[in-house]
Order: sequence, then C-alpha cells, then structure tokens
Amino acid sequence: MRPILYALSFLAVMGLAFWAYRENYATQKSLRHVEELQAEISTLREALAVQRAEWAYLNRPDRLRELSTINFDRLGLFPLEPTQFGQIGMVSYPLPPTLAPDGTPDGPGTAGQSGTPSDPDAPDSDSAKAEGTITPQEEQVP
Amino acid sequence: MIRTPLRPLARILSARARGENPDSIERENIRLRQEKTRDRDRARAEGRLLLLGIAFTMAFTVIGGRMGLLAATEPSEPRTAASGAQILAGRADLTDRNGRILATNLLTHSLYAQPKDMIDPARVAGELARIFPDLDAKLLLARFTDGRSFMWVRRKLSPEQMQAVHDIGDPGLLFGPREMRLYPNGRLAAHVLGGASFGTEGVHSAEVIGTAGIEKYLDAQLRDPALEGKPVALSLDLTVQATTQEVLEAGMKMMNAKGAAAILLDVHTGEILSLVSLPDFDPNDRPQALLKGDPADSPLFNRAVQGVYELGSTFKIFAAAQALDLGLLESSSMVDANAPMVWGKHRIKEFENRNYGPLLSVRDVIVKSSNVGVANIALMIGAARQQDFLKSLGFFGPTQVELVEAAGAKPLIPKRWTDIVTITASYGHGMSASPMHLAAAYATIANGGKAVRPTLLRVDRPQDNPRVMSNDTAVKAIDMLRGVVTEGTASLGDVEGYQVAGKTGTADKPKATGGYYHDKVINTFASLFPAGDPKYVLIVTLDEPVETTGPVPRRTAGWTAVPVAAEITRRVAPLLGIRPIIEPAAADAVTLIRN
Repeated sequence: MRPILYALSFLAVMGLAFWAYRENYATQKSLRHVEELQAEISTLREALAVQRAEWAYLNRPDRLRELSTINFDRLGLFPLEPTQFGQIGMVSYPLPPTLAPDGTPDGPGTAGQSGTPSDPDAPDSDSAKAEGTITPQEEQVP
Repeated sequence: MIRTPLRPLARILSARARGENPDSIERENIRLRQEKTRDRDRARAEGRLLLLGIAFTMAFTVIGGRMGLLAATEPSEPRTAASGAQILAGRADLTDRNGRILATNLLTHSLYAQPKDMIDPARVAGELARIFPDLDAKLLLARFTDGRSFMWVRRKLSPEQMQAVHDIGDPGLLFGPREMRLYPNGRLAAHVLGGASFGTEGVHSAEVIGTAGIEKYLDAQLRDPALEGKPVALSLDLTVQATTQEVLEAGMKMMNAKGAAAILLDVHTGEILSLVSLPDFDPNDRPQALLKGDPADSPLFNRAVQGVYELGSTFKIFAAAQALDLGLLESSSMVDANAPMVWGKHRIKEFENRNYGPLLSVRDVIVKSSNVGVANIALMIGAARQQDFLKSLGFFGPTQVELVEAAGAKPLIPKRWTDIVTITASYGHGMSASPMHLAAAYATIANGGKAVRPTLLRVDRPQDNPRVMSNDTAVKAIDMLRGVVTEGTASLGDVEGYQVAGKTGTADKPKATGGYYHDKVINTFASLFPAGDPKYVLIVTLDEPVETTGPVPRRTAGWTAVPVAAEITRRVAPLLGIRPIIEPAAADAVTLIRN
C-alpha cells in the first residue's frame, strides 16, 4: 500500500510541477501581450489626440466662414438671421390622398389592384412620356 | 465535575468526636475551592495573552516585511492593471461649452545637440542654418566648438523640419519628445486662453505651464494627474464667440476705433458666452509683453477685464434704480434737471450744453441721459448709501472671473467720497471700472435684482446670490432702459424682435497729465435682451471711435457703440436660440436679400 502511495504522490508532484511550468509561461505570454496592447493603446491615443486637434483646426470658425464664402454659389449659406425662425403653422401638413388623373384613388392599397388589370395600358403611357408629351403632367396640376 | 462537599459528614463526625469545631473544616474547604478557581482563571488569561501576543507579532512581522520589500525593490508599473488606470501626465484640454476644443496638446519633438559626438560641426551648422533661417551658422559653429557637451537648438519642430534635420545624419543631433500646447482656433478667444510655455525642461519631457489667462488661473487643475486629463469645459460658445469677434472687428474698423471689447453674459448662470478684446493675438505664438509705454497698447491687454475706464452714463441707471428701491422716487416722479447745475466751484453741464429742465421725470432722466437730473437723484440718496449700493454691485473690488489678469484690475475709487464724487459717480465719472464690472452690474438688474458673479466655467444651474434690489425695482429699471432704446439715445440699437434695452455711455479719456481729452472718448453700450424676460447682457466698448459718415465727426456712443452692439445682437441672438418676437418675414423676403 505504501509504495503505491509514494508513487502516486510522486506523480502528483510531477503533474503539479508541469502545470506550474505551463502556467508560468502562459502568464508571461499574457503579460507581454498586455504590454503590447498598452503600447498600441497609447499610440492610438496619441493618434486620436492628433486627429482631434486636426479636426478642431479644420473646423475652426475662420476657415468654415471662408469656405462658405468661397462656395457660396453651390451652397448658398447665410449667417443665421432672426428671419429664419419659422412657426409650426408654416410647415404644410401632409396632404390627403388625391385622385389620380384616371379617376382611381392614388392610394398605396388601390394602386396594386388597379395596376394588374390595366397592364396592357402601361406600355402606352410609358411611350407617351418617352415621346415628350406633357399632357399627363398638366392634368395632374389642378 | 465532581464537587467536594464543604462539610464531609465523615470528617465532621470525627471532628465532633474529637471536640473540634467542625466549621473550620468548612472554611478550609472553601479556601481550597477558591484557590482552584483562581488558578484556572489565571491559566486561561495567560493563554489568551499569549495568543494575542503571537497574533500581534505575526501582523507586525508581515507589515514590516512588506515595507522592507517595497523599500528594497525597484518600482515598476503594475503591468496587469487595466488600461484606464494609467497615469496621464498630459495637460488637460480646454473645450467650449459644447465640447469643441479650444486648447489641446500635440506631440512634437525638440532638437538638441551633443557637440562632442558631432562629426562635422561646420557642415551641421551650415545645414541647420539652411533649415531654420533665423539661426546663424557662424554663431552655431562657435557654440558647437567651444567645448560644451550639450545645447538646445530648437524647442519645437514640425515633422517636416524634423525629417530635414534627420537627413543631415549627424550623430551629435538628437531629438526629444515634447508635448506642445495647441490652440486650433488661432486668435479666437485669445485673451481668455492666454497661452502656455515650457517650465522645467528635460531631454525626455518638459512641463507645459500656463502663462496667462485661464491657462494660468487653472494651471494646477489642468496639470493635476488625479483628474486624468479630463477636459475642462469653459462657458464660452465657440460659434457665438466667432460671430461676436467678426462683427466687433468690422465695427471697430468702421468706427475707426483703436480698440474694442465685448462681453456677452448669461444673466441667470453668470456664464460668459463670449469675451472679445481687440486688437488680439495668436496664443500659439504669444507676443512679448511691452517693457515700456502703456501696457494698454499691447495686443496682450484684455480690455474687457483689465481695462479700467470711466464708463460714463451707463452708470446713471444705478442711481435711478437705487432711488426707486429706497422708495425715494417713482419712475414718474419729477426731479430738478435745470442745467447747468452749480455745486461749489463745479458746473455740471449736459451734453452739448443743452437743458432738459427745469423738471424731468426719473424715466426721462435716463432716457434723455441728463447729467443734472441724475446728479440731483444721487444727492437725494446720499454718499454713504450710494457707496453701499455700488459696493453691492461689485464696483469696489476686482471681478472674480477665472483669469489671472482679473485680480489685478481693481476699480479706481476716489479716496475721499465727497459730494462732488457722489455727483460725478452717478453719471460714471470720477470712478473707473472694467467692462466686466459693468456686465456683472447690468446682469444683476436683468436677473431681477439678485447679484450675478460672472464666470468662465460652464455651470448648469442659476446662481443664487444675495439680493441687491427688489424684483419690482429691477423691472422698472429695465423698462427705463428699454425707453432709452425706443425713444432715447440708443435708437440705433433696436433690433427688431429682440426688445433690446440698454444705456449708452460716452466718457472723455483722461490725459496722463491730468484733465481730459476732448477728441478721445470711450464709448460703451450696456444692453440686455429680450427686455420682457432678460436672458443675456451684452456690453460693447469702443476705444477712441469716431463716426465720419456725417458732415461732422460724431463721437457719442449712440452713433458708434450702439450700432455695433445692435449688429452683434442681431447675429448672436438667433445662435443662442432666442426666437424673435415678431411675425417671421414671408418667404420671398428672404429671396430679396439674396438678390
């Protein structure tokens, strides 16, 4: 009984030593990795600081003002003025669904139903547009 | 436990038989029992003491051992700590109230030389002089060859310059990392930010210290490693500041002024949204302070905070408000305004020797800006009460704005407060204060009579300071100030929709030799808007302006400071999100402006 106990404890010591050896190297590897990550984080932080500074520099009010003056033709930006405040009543309310020129209601539900039977007519209206006739549009105006 | 009986029958019987006293047996037994108890208690106490002693010895050994270990080992950063816990040595950023950067750090390099390692000093000196035109090759060579082992060449290098120096390829030229303070917005808010420079310098790093403005005032806070470089938010609004500066600069040129200052203050929180002083400078390249002459001529001079001027008629409202607050007068009460008024050897005159008298209501005294009327009001109040009131408005001490310059700008107060001082102080002469003082005082009126302390740091709640005047008085004073704009001297200051209320002030500049110039004035317009529910105070000061569109040059504030302030209000109020109290113009009106 006793020799078996000796052998088992010896094996246990060997096993634990192997485990400790591996753990030691695994820990050292993780520490190196953490160091690398921290170095990377600090370089990224530095880069971030530079980019923030650059962003602030490129967005400085003087430069934006100059750019909006240079590109006035395209952008048409004005300084904010008191007259630019609107009232809620000035925003047009969404219009109720109007009747399409052919008399069918121009709603999303009915469009699919009316579309299927009038398929043969569809190419006609397309070709009419292609020829440049403006009559359908004029009808829609009133 | 077996208890021995105190009176064992056998021994008692035998004792009785011997004719002894059986009680002595009982006493003997009691004594024995007590001795036994005592021995047991002592042993227990000794055991406890021993245990305690061992515990203390072990604890102190552990602490001592740990201390010895800490003292004996090399210090090292905890490598496994989370990345957020590292110490950031950088100076904290400054941002505006919306988080936009006003000051930040940039990593650059410094250049230093170790001439002993240098291979060809003559060539290095020539190349360096080519890269940096302000260096002199001969001087450099002399320094490289005089036997020194170390010298600084440049404090800051741009990446291009660094590459060029690198290309020289001499081992005697070395680079050290440098944190550099950068102000990306250039001249904007220069007087608030101040500037920064290097303190103690080493090869591997250098201290960045604030040299002026808020950078110096908050130096300890900005450098505190415990705050981990957390940005400090100022009360300034970058957009508002840029707009104010643009308009004020244009106005200063148009009015041919030597200098100008503007302060925009939130009356409830005391936050300074915009502080402009012109001429200004670039804090990235802070100019040298003037060594002789008037410091006010330097662009470094902050007119809004350091400039202590006689602010003229803008003071009149304080006398009127105090008279109302004391119950001496109502705004419709009539006061003597018969000009000129003679007081001792002094004659108090009106602008251009007019006479608004003989009687004028208090409201009209303010609206027409009558010196004589307000002088009589001040005499009614009396010197002591007038001083107390001006003191409670903050006119007797430096402002507590977070700028190092503010503490040095003490108002100039006459030593003896005679009656003639009472009279002149009521219309803003004889005592001087900075525009910042005036802003705080007008904010007090606009804030319903509660004192306001201007601040440059963002705060999120209204201030709760002691009351200086009643709310009722403040409302009446604002009504008078509104009258100045609608029917008085500041008619050019009315901005449609924003109900500007304010008071003009024109003061002759004092000569250095005594007396006053007649063609040099300080023009001030102190305004608040919207009058119905005041939210902001705007102070505009122009130094030596003259308006030359008319046949005669005009130097009154109504023609110079007021239109500039009106334009600032018109541009800035929409940015602050205040809706004009008018019907908005039709859509085609906007197109008209475009054409």
